[in-house]
Amino acid sequence: MTRTVGDATYVGTRTLRVEDLRLLTGTGTYVDDVIRPGMLHACFVRSPMARARILGIDVSEASQLDGVHAVFVAQDLNPGVREQWYTLNGPDDPDTPRPPLAEGEVRFVGDPVAMVVADDRYIAEDAAELVVVDYDPLPPVVDYATALDSTESVHADRPGNLVGQLGGRPMADLEPVFENAPHVVSQTVYQQSHGPVPMETRGIVAEWAAAGGEMTIWAATQSPHEVRSFCARLLGIAEHRVRVVMRDTGGGFGQKVLPQREDMCVMLAATKLPAALKWIEDRQEHLLAAGQARHEHGEARMAFDDDGRILAATLDHVQDAGAYPTPSPVQSGVAVGMLFPGPYRIPEGTFSSRFVFSNTSGRVAYRGPWQYESMARETLLDTAARQLCLDPVELRRRNMLSRDELPTANFNGMPYDHISPRETFEQALKMLDYEAFRREQARAREQGRYLGVGTCTYVEPTAGATPFHATEGATIRIEPSGKVNVYVAGGSCGNSLETTVVQLTADALGAAIEDVSTVQGDTAVTPYGAGTGGSRSGPMTAGAIARTAGELRERILAIAAHKLEVPAEEVEFIRGRATSKRSGGAGLTLAEIADIAYYQVHALPPGVPAGLEASGRYHTPHLMIWANATHVCTCEVDVVTGEVTLLRYIVSEDCGPMINPSVVEGQIFGGTVQGIGGALYEHLAYDEDGNPVSTTFMDYLLPTATEVPVIEVGHVETPSPGPGGYKGVGEGGAIGSAPAVVNAVADALAPFGVRISRLPLTPSSIVGLLEEARARQAVTR
Amino acid sequence: MTDVDTVDIHVRVNGTSRRASVPPRLTLADFLRVNCGLTGTHLGCEHGVCGACTVLLDGEAVRACLVFAVQAHDAEVTTVEGLAGPDGELSTVQAAFREHHGLQCGFCTPGFVVSVTAFLAENPKPTDEEIREALTGNLCRCTGYQGIVNAVRAAADTAGTTVTEGPA
Repeated sequence: MTRTVGDATYVGTRTLRVEDLRLLTGTGTYVDDVIRPGMLHACFVRSPMARARILGIDVSEASQLDGVHAVFVAQDLNPGVREQWYTLNGPDDPDTPRPPLAEGEVRFVGDPVAMVVADDRYIAEDAAELVVVDYDPLPPVVDYATALDSTESVHADRPGNLVGQLGGRPMADLEPVFENAPHVVSQTVYQQSHGPVPMETRGIVAEWAAAGGEMTIWAATQSPHEVRSFCARLLGIAEHRVRVVMRDTGGGFGQKVLPQREDMCVMLAATKLPAALKWIEDRQEHLLAAGQARHEHGEARMAFDDDGRILAATLDHVQDAGAYPTPSPVQSGVAVGMLFPGPYRIPEGTFSSRFVFSNTSGRVAYRGPWQYESMARETLLDTAARQLCLDPVELRRRNMLSRDELPTANFNGMPYDHISPRETFEQALKMLDYEAFRREQARAREQGRYLGVGTCTYVEPTAGATPFHATEGATIRIEPSGKVNVYVAGGSCGNSLETTVVQLTADALGAAIEDVSTVQGDTAVTPYGAGTGGSRSGPMTAGAIARTAGELRERILAIAAHKLEVPAEEVEFIRGRATSKRSGGAGLTLAEIADIAYYQVHALPPGVPAGLEASGRYHTPHLMIWANATHVCTCEVDVVTGEVTLLRYIVSEDCGPMINPSVVEGQIFGGTVQGIGGALYEHLAYDEDGNPVSTTFMDYLLPTATEVPVIEVGHVETPSPGPGGYKGVGEGGAIGSAPAVVNAVADALAPFGVRISRLPLTPSSIVGLLEEARARQAVTR
Repeated sequence: MTDVDTVDIHVRVNGTSRRASVPPRLTLADFLRVNCGLTGTHLGCEHGVCGACTVLLDGEAVRACLVFAVQAHDAEVTTVEGLAGPDGELSTVQAAFREHHGLQCGFCTPGFVVSVTAFLAENPKPTDEEIREALTGNLCRCTGYQGIVNAVRAAADTAGTTVTEGPA
């Protein structure tokens, strides 16, 4: 541990992670490491067609294979569904369809049609190949962008393929502003389908004990309690008859916030089987069916006055929901439009968002699910700067909010406070030495080399207070030996939540950090919680621990004061030792205090209960906690091969005070690189018949160590109004990076008059853009 | 699985001798995870790209998802479980990963740790560029590779200062 000074806090230090010892030695417990007596294995039969009627399924040959226990089709499992809805949305929210197995019609390549259960995965896969499905192909709706005009329907009861739409004031209201503005800039950027792609695929083990009517589930999840609630509703059993355990989960990034159709199948099938049922998704299944994100486009418009000040902004946004989104995208998708104004002074504006079904993999949450607001706005600002012949940095300086203008609200009514957009912007530019880069760029251009710089500044709501997310609990047990266990709901998928909780608890109690341990991810023993997601764990868990530890600390001080025969105010309790401020001396250890609390109850001061255990629940009074950051990226583009090389990457972040700088930076690094992947490499592409063409890691390209530059991080610290002044930091990196990279590439290619409208910026797409630009210029000449 | 087509193999895994009758199609990864109960070797893609299942086969880093268990007959296999000292003391590489925040969810970590162990054995004094090149065979989705690159640099430097001859 890095803490050395006697009364300094653990919070704020680079405390080494408590998770690491097991994870580095191969002794973690991920869902595929769970083995149960007689455990059976599932494999899904998936649709090879984007859309087809199921005329019949013949499971006879598969069922007869040695080692096969069952082959389930829709009529076996689907009638078992009692209720299915997510707590976040509630039972009354208009939901999208979610059948466990495809019933009557398949709606994307990868749609689960049947589930084979066998002694092991090898046999299950053999049997899956023996299941014969008779398909009658139907014309698929592959492109969401044209789906609204299609005569074909992904779901027959949703003609026109519209899931839902939301928006602000009518676009027509803004027309006078745009008509009279000296400058109007508009563009449409089509962002490609890509996704969270955690290194651990999906997986679940479900074990049903028929006699007691009890279900035990081991899951790869960000929210064990949501898996529990969902399973209880699905099967119509009491919540306390379901126990969900997750020890280690290999990445989530939004993909694992909610149970999906395959999880439903495993839960339903487990009740029909004599032993636990395990399903571990393989990577091909993951890239086929675990979901897609980020697939959207929008026409963004801004009106400017002659000084480059923004007069109004609008966004006409359309988002792909796929065939079976998790959950319905409308409630969360509206954030794109709500956040579109970003950290800028924009007097008026509006948006419209439409969510559209297609015969592709369903939309899932992905780290900063509303990221398109930044993509649309920040790329438009760079285009506007080129059009207005202003430096993009200068254009932003004229419009960006700084601390002294707060509190304020954007034109959609989102209330901003405790943020520092202008400060992060200036810090990041200074770290780069922007002017020096522009000089270097000019010199390089003279030599026929094309360098570019791009920025993205965003504001981000963290720890949002939806009814599902607005509270978090903690239980702290100081055991009779004085060792401390702190229990929180957990759901950590690499978020370092165990270390964070240990640091927070040690400080809040005054305990020595080596005496604090944490138990997370078991619904049978921890308080209820919504899990990790929405950049909520830092602020919300800090609130829960502060509340719970505060009460325990008072009891510790009271017991010590009584024993030391001094007033409680005179007791100092640091690193697990209570001493009298006045007389000093050896004082009492936490172990001695715990011994009194448990075994010498007669020696407790009046009114102090026996034992040393407390539970508390924090309820946030804040609708959300704002965080913000600026990303700055420089690159070189090879105009012959189209290859983009990132040169420098800088993030200036304001997440308030840092609980653990290593954890904060780790979150920023990881999110940033996911955004780099989204801008340049990753594409869950489909051909025109709806066949996915990137179903392996040979085709779906994740960034590797050679593509990723050193990421430099600067911090601006504006405390939030929440517990400890903390802000969420899990998602931001993935919001700011892709727009900064796209802007850098566009800047590099500006001399050619290139206009970027489709992502990702692969070498071939960049060569294509250059050819288009040259052709345009040839015509103009 | 039917036992008519099984093959008898003998493998030394982390120093322990193991005999088994395995189907020819059983991968080394599944043999280690299921037959040997060594679940530290993780499967991230099962098609040889992500590197999470990397183990040492006679000292050489291989992807256990692309090797059949029968191919490991009479060979020495080292998995992530075999790298720490008998008292649980982390190896130089493991300790460097911890010190430099080289892991988050930990799923890809065993593959990285094993790959880096083999890499540094072969190239104890790598340049930064060689380190990044060596890491391209392993995918990580959490760290953005920042802590991993720093950890490998530190492990190489540590090994260089504490070991006078030969690889650590």
